[in-house]
Amino acid sequence: MKIIVLVKEVPDTYGDRKLDLETGLADRAASEAVLDEIGERALEVALSFADAHDDAEVVVMSMAPETAAPTIRKGLAMGAAAAVHIADPGLAGADLGLTARVLAAAIRRTGFDLVIAGNLSTDGSGGVLPAMLAELLDVPNATALSSIEITADSVSGTRSADDATMRVSATLPAVVSITEAMPSARFPNFKGIMAAKKKPFETLTAADLGVEPHDLSVAMSIMTAIAEKPARAAGLKVTDEGDGGTRIAEYLVENRLV
Amino acid sequence: MMHDLSPEEVQLYDMVCEFADTVVAPQSYEADRSHTLSMDVVAQMGELGLFGLPFPEQYGGQGGDYMALGLAIEALARVDQSIAITLEAAVGLGAMPIFRHGTEEQKAERLPDLVAGRALAGFGLTESEAGSDAGATRTTAVLDGDEWVVNGSKQFITNSGTPITSFVTVTAVTGERTRPDGSVSKELSTIIVPNGTPGFTVAPGYDKSGWRASDTHPLTFDDVRVPAANLLGERGRGFANFLRALDEGRVAIAALATGAAQGCLDEAVAYAKTRNVFGVPIASHQYIAFTIAQMQARVHTSRLAWHDAARRVDAGLPFKKEAAIAKLVASDAAMLNARDATQIFGGMGFMNESLVARHYRDSKILEIGEGTNEVQLMVIARELGLE
Ligand SMILES: Cc1cc2nc3c(=O)[nH]c(=O)nc-3n(C[C@H](O)[C@H](O)[C@H](O)COP(=O)(O)OP(=O)(O)OC[C@H]3O[C@@H](n4cnc5c(N)ncnc54)[C@H](O)[C@@H]3O)c2cc1C
Repeated sequence: MKIIVLVKEVPDTYGDRKLDLETGLADRAASEAVLDEIGERALEVALSFADAHDDAEVVVMSMAPETAAPTIRKGLAMGAAAAVHIADPGLAGADLGLTARVLAAAIRRTGFDLVIAGNLSTDGSGGVLPAMLAELLDVPNATALSSIEITADSVSGTRSADDATMRVSATLPAVVSITEAMPSARFPNFKGIMAAKKKPFETLTAADLGVEPHDLSVAMSIMTAIAEKPARAAGLKVTDEGDGGTRIAEYLVENRLV
Repeated sequence: MMHDLSPEEVQLYDMVCEFADTVVAPQSYEADRSHTLSMDVVAQMGELGLFGLPFPEQYGGQGGDYMALGLAIEALARVDQSIAITLEAAVGLGAMPIFRHGTEEQKAERLPDLVAGRALAGFGLTESEAGSDAGATRTTAVLDGDEWVVNGSKQFITNSGTPITSFVTVTAVTGERTRPDGSVSKELSTIIVPNGTPGFTVAPGYDKSGWRASDTHPLTFDDVRVPAANLLGERGRGFANFLRALDEGRVAIAALATGAAQGCLDEAVAYAKTRNVFGVPIASHQYIAFTIAQMQARVHTSRLAWHDAARRVDAGLPFKKEAAIAKLVASDAAMLNARDATQIFGGMGFMNESLVARHYRDSKILEIGEGTNEVQLMVIARELGLE
């Protein structure tokens, strides 16, 4: 069983996150880069399955700038058997459609029974990539799982919505995404860090995958304008003169906050 | 980080920093307040392989070296010196003497549990009348048939009374030796005394001013009988064995002190940028900025010193002087940085909830344990031929 886990390098949530107003991209120099926590959780799902099943092979995959290699390597240190890194300057600023085309090509090339991703990245927060991949790969898709069971030929789990939970299942091969309800990931130990040095680490370009980044026949998103987030306006101060509660309630209703 | 580290060493340091920040730090205030070592944290450190860092995989270790151990200790000490010293003592004083001087049977029996963090061990050298002058040891061990009979007491012994402590290695006088010049000296040996052996009493822990979540006890031995096979290393080599352990331990304490100094620096930088007094961040005062610049310089020199000493240990080079220098400068750095950081925090720095207040109380022992700083000066002077 081959499980591909999609991971991503993102700016540390604990640091300052800035938008580069020239390019409209995240300013990667502004804060420390880390492995996205939701991706780590996805990897933990795969690794715990591999712990219990000798025939399972876990591959971490990422489309990211070349500088992200050490971050992807952390996935190997945690226990993944191999890594695939698609690094191509031509892919900088890729939109979700292009990202999905590239990843789908790489997934197909590597071969897979199951693809596990996080439901939403910490930086881009697109949230649709797993579904796009399933479409391109022409396999079933189960998103936002808060629990998951993997067997030799199927995957099932719980999908929580606001006022209901669904039990979903799919036959393999499939693409799934998991939520923050899944357990946090293990820390890599020193043995794992040293072992990671010797594990296969494949670096690919868009051309290796036969993807043309600037294919004008495919729909793509184009950034037309960019502006800094406006400074926060001063809030409303309610002095309680007996009607404080009512006034706060009115404010909340007026601004559609309840 | 320093340019001398390999990418894997940087990853190890970052990984232990992450563990320290997310698992250790949240419990540190309460553990300090209640004087309790969290066995849950110890267990998680075990799972992470920290207790096995410098040991070969044959004994369940991580196959790293002394450098790797120092990096882990430094990373932990930024946020919690009690946890860092628990690791330092467990490896340097508990497991390392067994690894270095134990027989194959002793290693096979004891190391796997220690290396996995399932068990802890202490090293009992200090006595009420034998601290800096460790040769003044009074505890005795007499061979009676195939058993050692141990009598005496030890004080300030780290990791000697946790729920998972399995033994304490004690130094004891096992006889007398006549030197070639006719003078008589004590014969010192090291003996493994399992916790729970009749006559071996671990008294309640001390009420310490710092390192309060670290486990430290006085020990008494009253006709304690252990098998003759519990002798660790050669009879009469006790002194040499613990000197080696202490020399190495100084490198690890220097790493710990560097972490403490770094923790104070990080806190001071963050606070000085955000604390507004007289309408401006206090960092905009040159006096504060320069104070913090000094703190950074101390961290840097301490780190250089311990890295050099650790690399020497790993390369099998002489390191006695370098270890003493590293311990001297790094413990002073921790103490000074703790004082400066506390000052920068003002009244908040005096509250135990703030990390700098804990570093202020915790750092003093760094100038005392594993040989006082006066002893470090003695060692350095002796290495220079000044007796
Ligand atoms: C929290 C804690 C944990 C400890 N853990 C352990 C442990 O696990 N195992 C263990 O064996 N010990 C342990 N110790 C003991 C520690 O190593 C000793 O306290 C230390 O070596 C100093 O010995 P002493 O306390 O007897 O001081 P003393 O030797 O009485 O020294 C008193 C003062 O005199 C100075 N002095 C002594 N001789 C000279 C000299 N010739 N010239 C100039 N100045 C001198 C010293 O530097 C010091 O300032 C621990 C201590 C503490 C507080």
